[in-house]
Amino acid sequence: MAISREDVIYVAGLARLELNEQEIQDYTQQLNSILDYAAMLEHLDTEGVVPTAHAVPLHNVLREDEVKPSISHDKTLRNAPDAEEGFFRVPRISLT
Amino acid sequence: MVVADRYEMVCGLEVHVELQTKTKIFCGCTTEFGGEQNTHVCPVCLGMPGTLPVLNREVVNYAIRAGLALNCEIADFSKFDRKNYYYPDLTKNYQTSQFDLPICKNGGLEIEVDGVKKWIGITRAHMEEDAGKLVHSGETITTSDASSVDYNRAGVPLLEIVSEPDLRSIPEVLAYLEQLVQILEYTGVSDCRMEQGSIRFDVNVSLRPIGSEAFGTRTETKNLNSFSSVRRCMEYEVARQARALDDGEEVIQETRTWDEGRGITLALRSKEEAHDYRYFPEPDLVPIVIDRQWVEEIRKTLPELPRERRNRLQELGLSAYDAAVVTQTKAMADYFDQGLAQGAEAKSLANWVMGDLTRLLNSNQCQIVDSPVSAQQLVELIKLIDKGTLSGKIAKSVLEEMYASGKDAEQIVKEKGLAQISDEGALQGIIDGVIAANPQSVEDYHAGKERAIGFLVGQIMKATKGQANPGLVNQLLKKKLSD
Amino acid sequence: MIFEKSISELHELLAHKEVSAAELTNAYLERIRDLDQDLQAYLTVLEEDAQKLASEIDQKIARGEELGALEGIPMAMKDNMCTEGVRTTCASQILREFYPPYDATVTTRLRDAGSILLGKLNMDEFAMGSSTENSAYMKTRNPWNLDCVPGGSSGGAAVSVAADLAAFSLGSDTGGSIRQPAAFCGVVGLKPTYGAVSRFGLIAYASSLDQIGPLTKTVRDNALVMNAIAGYDAMDSTSVRYDKPDYTKFLINDIKGLKIGLPREYFGEGIDPEVAKGIQKCVETLRGLGAEVSECSLPHTEYAIPAYYLIATAEASSNLARYDGVRYGYRAEASDVLGMFRKTRAEGFGQEVKRRIMLGTYALSSGYYDAYYLKAQKVRTLIKQDFDQAFEKFDVLLGPAAPTPAFKFGEKSNPLTMYLSDITTVPINLAGIPAISIPAGFVNGLPIGMQLMGKPFNEGTLYRVAYTFEQTTNYHTLKPNLSGEVLARGSR
Ligand SMILES: [Mg+2]
Ligand SMILES: [Zn+2]
Repeated sequence: MAISREDVIYVAGLARLELNEQEIQDYTQQLNSILDYAAMLEHLDTEGVVPTAHAVPLHNVLREDEVKPSISHDKTLRNAPDAEEGFFRVPRISLT
Repeated sequence: MVVADRYEMVCGLEVHVELQTKTKIFCGCTTEFGGEQNTHVCPVCLGMPGTLPVLNREVVNYAIRAGLALNCEIADFSKFDRKNYYYPDLTKNYQTSQFDLPICKNGGLEIEVDGVKKWIGITRAHMEEDAGKLVHSGETITTSDASSVDYNRAGVPLLEIVSEPDLRSIPEVLAYLEQLVQILEYTGVSDCRMEQGSIRFDVNVSLRPIGSEAFGTRTETKNLNSFSSVRRCMEYEVARQARALDDGEEVIQETRTWDEGRGITLALRSKEEAHDYRYFPEPDLVPIVIDRQWVEEIRKTLPELPRERRNRLQELGLSAYDAAVVTQTKAMADYFDQGLAQGAEAKSLANWVMGDLTRLLNSNQCQIVDSPVSAQQLVELIKLIDKGTLSGKIAKSVLEEMYASGKDAEQIVKEKGLAQISDEGALQGIIDGVIAANPQSVEDYHAGKERAIGFLVGQIMKATKGQANPGLVNQLLKKKLSD
Repeated sequence: MIFEKSISELHELLAHKEVSAAELTNAYLERIRDLDQDLQAYLTVLEEDAQKLASEIDQKIARGEELGALEGIPMAMKDNMCTEGVRTTCASQILREFYPPYDATVTTRLRDAGSILLGKLNMDEFAMGSSTENSAYMKTRNPWNLDCVPGGSSGGAAVSVAADLAAFSLGSDTGGSIRQPAAFCGVVGLKPTYGAVSRFGLIAYASSLDQIGPLTKTVRDNALVMNAIAGYDAMDSTSVRYDKPDYTKFLINDIKGLKIGLPREYFGEGIDPEVAKGIQKCVETLRGLGAEVSECSLPHTEYAIPAYYLIATAEASSNLARYDGVRYGYRAEASDVLGMFRKTRAEGFGQEVKRRIMLGTYALSSGYYDAYYLKAQKVRTLIKQDFDQAFEKFDVLLGPAAPTPAFKFGEKSNPLTMYLSDITTVPINLAGIPAISIPAGFVNGLPIGMQLMGKPFNEGTLYRVAYTFEQTTNYHTLKPNLSGEVLARGSR
């Protein structure tokens, strides 16, 4: 088993996903089967291979430091689940 | 620093500096301070679905500039990474930052504490975006029922400057921060306005038994925003850790927060929970390749840095203290240099700049760059004293007049007839009159009471409203009395 | 029927005032009303907006102004491209009520070109899937067989074109999401070179792989849409400044001497023999037209699936972190922020999305980064090199766009089985190269697609081969039978 039940709970915590018992079981099983399959990569020798992060070899894509208009309050807050006096509102900040 | 005779303090600092750009790091929103909440935002810095970042060229320029001023190596190849963690002040729940390939590394700066010089290493400096601001309705962040979020700051460009754990005392820490802020201010990388949050400090502190080589367990206190908070926080944290070690308790490696009101640090979250940031290369941004020409072009525009300036002024005869004061800010140092260029003598220029000019600026809450008296005007005033046209005392009131009116010294002297009376003929008559009016003093003088002459000089100065050249008055009076 | 016509045909009719933009738009709207309750391609239909736009175009025509190639042409977009003020859901509950305050670059470009947006199309939630079964809202059906999936994740986009519910559509392709549904539905679908079409406003699944492209009835139509949407965009740092050609210049009915490679990995294990046979038949057609065809190898192909799923899910786990109930989208009530985040995301995301977030988070987490994510990035390099080497010898590579024809709903309920069916498409995204799927025949009454792969920014050569093939075959002219009877049977 590449990934344990505890791993699944830990990862769900990192990803801020509340999982029910069924999901914990399903994901443990499914992630294992996927990672078992991915284990084939271990057999491939990649010694000295440079990793590819981008499909195109671009660099130094830069923008001039020129102010563009910001958007209106209406547009900013239109989709907000909770807003007040121009602020986004969130419930109590809890320690992690 | 020796703590309670038993421990040595070890400290490293992470300093977040807001770069002086007009726009945010990845979008065209203004970085201006103090806008109404959520008005300096756009789909990009709000992290709206589908939006993409585009890097502000000026952020890279400032980062290179700061790196050079801090004696860093500038990377040939640098990239951005995502630092993944959830917090409501982050619009994407990741911070675009730099992980393994920061733009600057292996630098440092020199500090001096009690006449001892020491080199403090700078591990790295990297570019990243700022988060938004949480506003709490209740007493503290965790006891409020709800919080409000303002994303005006989200995406403001920061340079995070990480020092080596080379600092061993609070005075060293403060000296390092003063030097750092001064260099950043000199190079124009940041406006360094701490009251606006332009600079924030994270302090890593640990204690170890004196003589021990291994580092103790450290705590990191985040988001301090003034030198005095840094000092108080460190005093508290050092004492707290010493007490814990004395009691045989373990210091827990954790992130703490400074409660300014109560003057204490509080645990925020433990390191185990926080460390899995899942950094990976930012796929929405491409790497930065910096050739030597780019670096050299920026190097050419660097100003003379504080340390070099202080040395130069000391060679001109200023004391170390005076040199430090007049180079405190780049604006003052530039003002001073303009004065020197006008032919002023360093020491007397320093006296005027540090003394009367600074007093006037302070009482008018005015920055030296906005001084109504230019360096050239100040030097002209000093020259009038040197020529004997003005007495030092009257010069002070002339400066006040210059400050208030913006007029040149010469014009004020002419208009108010303040020129020193150095004309022997004109003084002779006044001296004769004072002698005639004060026979008792003349008698006392002749009887050997040297002090009597002081009274007579005072009377003459009074009669001339202070404009008489005091040296000349003394000379003429003695000659008259001995006749 | 008018809605069956290609863009170029419709353009002629509009320009010669044989039909008005309003009539054309209404014809499509009516057909959507008739058929879409069964096909379920559209998540949002913009009746009024479309009609208003059409009448503006008609005024323009009345004034005698010249008409652009896409002007007045009714089309639709996958619901992961932002449209200002128009609900954009990504087929997710978490964006149920999201009204973007801005337009995607492709939206702006099509608007500027005068196209008429009919609506937004169904898809797998956040483009995660190969069947459109992962939509949080509804299942889109394959017009060729209503018991079958349309493919995914751009299922709605493929169906809208195949069933003539739009003249063309835009889809997005992260691991085959344009080409596979195009193949399943018998339409032309192009995944352009990474960097050729701006991603600005495309709601990200996997940033380093995502690319927008057109789904059309003909190859010419495809080139016309590319003319409008492709090209450098300063809002996308991964957008490439290249000499954008007029893509219709490549529509030449001649492939004599063109070198076509057949990667043997695309015809072997895991490929339905009937599909392989169908594609081989197409190869013979191309050979007959003068192409020089020979076999080649892309040796790292089998590693593409795990590499793709590790890279794509890692990027997705981060891209989807922003859906937290604070600034937009669904929010679950909770007494503190942490609870709100966890519940919002638990309730707002579907199973497949959560599964991929979990996989991606794990692949990046402390201690596993090197073994999974970094390793996958290195494999990506090897896959790219496979293509580089093949393109030293060949102008294009050819294979099936999908290993099978469309499958039945629920047939691939095991996630891994579903992932394995992407074998012919994901290597192309990892390499960033362009590929097109064109109608290539039928297996069991279902369309199959021939995939042509090209060198970066060589869409033109793909168009040339595809066009030549299209001119000598009639697959693209065949239409699914969508009479009332068929639909009635299907909706039962
Ligand atoms: Mg940082
Ligand atoms: Zn912005």
